[in-house]
Amino acid sequence: MQKFETVTGVAVPFRRSNVDTDQIIPAVYLKRVTKTGFEDALFAGWRQDPEFILNQPAYASPRILVAGPDFGTGSSREHAVWALRDYGFDVVLSPRFGDIFRGNSGKQGLLAAEVAEDDIERLWAAIEAEPGIELTVDLVAKTVAVGALSVGFEIDDYTKWRLLEGLDDIGLTLQDEAGIERFEAGREHWRPRTLPVQNEETLEKA
Amino acid sequence: MTENDTARPRTLAEKVWDAHLVKKGSGGEPDLIYIDLHLVHEVTSPQAFDGLRAAGRPVRRPDLTIATEDHNTPTLAIDRPIADLTSRTQIETLRTNAREFGVRLHSLGDIEQGIVHVVGPQLGLTQPGITVVCGDSHTSTHGAFGAMAFGIGTSEVEHVLATQTLPLKPFKTMAITVDGELRPGVTAKDIILAVIARIGTGGGQGYVLEYRGSAIRALSMDGRMTICNMSIEAGARAGMVAPDQTTFDYLHGRPHAPKGADWDDAVEYWKTLATDDGATFDAEVLIDAAALEPFVTWGTNPGQGVSLSESVPDPSSVEDLNERAAAERALEYMDLAAGTPLKDIAVDAVFMGSCTNSRIEDLRAFASIVAGRKKADGVRVMVVPGSARVRLEAEAEGLDKVFTEFGAEWRFAGCSMCLGMNPDQLAPGERCASTSNRNFEGRQGKGGRTHLVSPLVAAATAIRGTLSSPWDLQAEPAPMAMGGAR
Ligand code: SF4
Repeated sequence: MQKFETVTGVAVPFRRSNVDTDQIIPAVYLKRVTKTGFEDALFAGWRQDPEFILNQPAYASPRILVAGPDFGTGSSREHAVWALRDYGFDVVLSPRFGDIFRGNSGKQGLLAAEVAEDDIERLWAAIEAEPGIELTVDLVAKTVAVGALSVGFEIDDYTKWRLLEGLDDIGLTLQDEAGIERFEAGREHWRPRTLPVQNEETLEKA
Repeated sequence: MTENDTARPRTLAEKVWDAHLVKKGSGGEPDLIYIDLHLVHEVTSPQAFDGLRAAGRPVRRPDLTIATEDHNTPTLAIDRPIADLTSRTQIETLRTNAREFGVRLHSLGDIEQGIVHVVGPQLGLTQPGITVVCGDSHTSTHGAFGAMAFGIGTSEVEHVLATQTLPLKPFKTMAITVDGELRPGVTAKDIILAVIARIGTGGGQGYVLEYRGSAIRALSMDGRMTICNMSIEAGARAGMVAPDQTTFDYLHGRPHAPKGADWDDAVEYWKTLATDDGATFDAEVLIDAAALEPFVTWGTNPGQGVSLSESVPDPSSVEDLNERAAAERALEYMDLAAGTPLKDIAVDAVFMGSCTNSRIEDLRAFASIVAGRKKADGVRVMVVPGSARVRLEAEAEGLDKVFTEFGAEWRFAGCSMCLGMNPDQLAPGERCASTSNRNFEGRQGKGGRTHLVSPLVAAATAIRGTLSSPWDLQAEPAPMAMGGAR
């Protein structure tokens, strides 16, 4: 996972609230056997519509989604975060997030930042005045800036730290790899091993 | 091994946990626990391997990892390509991943192939005092050896593949003491169904259960596995039985069991694992084994069960309003009327299999009842061994002949109708007496109705065509002494 500091990129004014994980990625895409390549699945139910905002040329390569309240509610599917990441989003701004979605985001390097509702309105207005304009999200200072406008956002310290360090769950555990190695060195050598393969034939020879 | 105060009397579960503590969590953080054995199958592993690939991480300990194909595999014509595309993709993906990451895999057709929870113990990989995980909730099966075994999700599978550890929150302990002697015809499955009916499907939440008492000690390993397997249906994190001579005898000489001097060292250690006198449990449940009868579920969760001699319960007698509503819904789905004697309920199918009851003793128990008899007309009977080895063992004993002469279908190993991911499914509205572990709506096929039972009850039901216990056969000539997965 990459370290997160500041992101400057095209922002999408996503004037929708209560976007649940079923809308972010419909269930039919859950059958896949990969963890990447879900960009085609993002908002699949809306993408057919040529008027859909992500189909506007100004928002062709977005990195920041500026959404209405209660983004990412619903089922626990991690695929919702994968789809946003695969599409190219690094940041989602919303006044409120679904709990599980917010937790999953922090683990997968997607910044889910809480911005006050009136600030979201101001960001929408600023972007819509100049479609395709870039925003700068600064995780250290916890600010979002566009032109002269700068607003703050909320994120818990632990998730902020993980994003700044670029640590997913595995990275976090491997920070103490020496501890794992020490533990392994102390394991009894007769503990079971799956390799080399033992079977009735090797038993007979022994 | 641990900074813990080892002089304090501890339970079996606490001892195993303490012995695997890589790092104690502080301030509400979970503990980091080392994993001795990671079992992998085709359904929950693809994205875990894909995550490793994306991050450029290897499998840390391929020598502590083993994969089998089970959930999707057909139980007929196993030499032909799998028809269902999703199933085939999952199987092929597992094969590619195992090759790429150096993980041992037992594929369809391989002599060690089978349900993960049957394969681990049979190879001697499941041993007392180890930690076992698998992306499958019935991993609790392995607790029968005095191992601590958890089911995990796909991101945790990736975490274990990469680090061989898992951050886990501490647990509470519950003693389930089953004392006394089971009556003939009553088996391990009846014990666990009775336990779940007693404590409820959420009764074990947050707990590791330890099954104790004379009735548990008297059980074989196969019987203990049946019990631990269903711990998850009581909501528990895991279920365990302290290792004893029965455990050691089962393991001795298995391909991956310790050998020579290592065996002696291991046994000496294993003997220290039992719960200390004076250790306290957070909760205790007592069950009188002698009072148990053959058990059956009437509803759509494993806690909705009663003795087979009873009738379908009346939801209006249930005090808890949520449970009453659940019971009403269940009866509607099951198409049952309150007050109907369970023994009057006719079935369309009997499924003898799943990681709960597909080991050799289960098959022997089933065979002991059906030998020399004919199945009831119109009832479809399927016998699915848990592993290719179990299948061979059964055939060497001639059990396959017993089954086919009875009129049952004798299949290849896999999960099969336990969850109907392969073609083995119930048709809508069909009713099945099943030795599996989940009677959820649609579990065995859309609209299918499941009654969970023991192998002996499954056999008696297949003979009479209505839910029956071996006791109901007493009047009829019994061609063989009544055995049991005791
Ligand atoms: S037999 Fe059933 S419960 Fe057991 S592992 Fe297979 S699907 Fe899961």
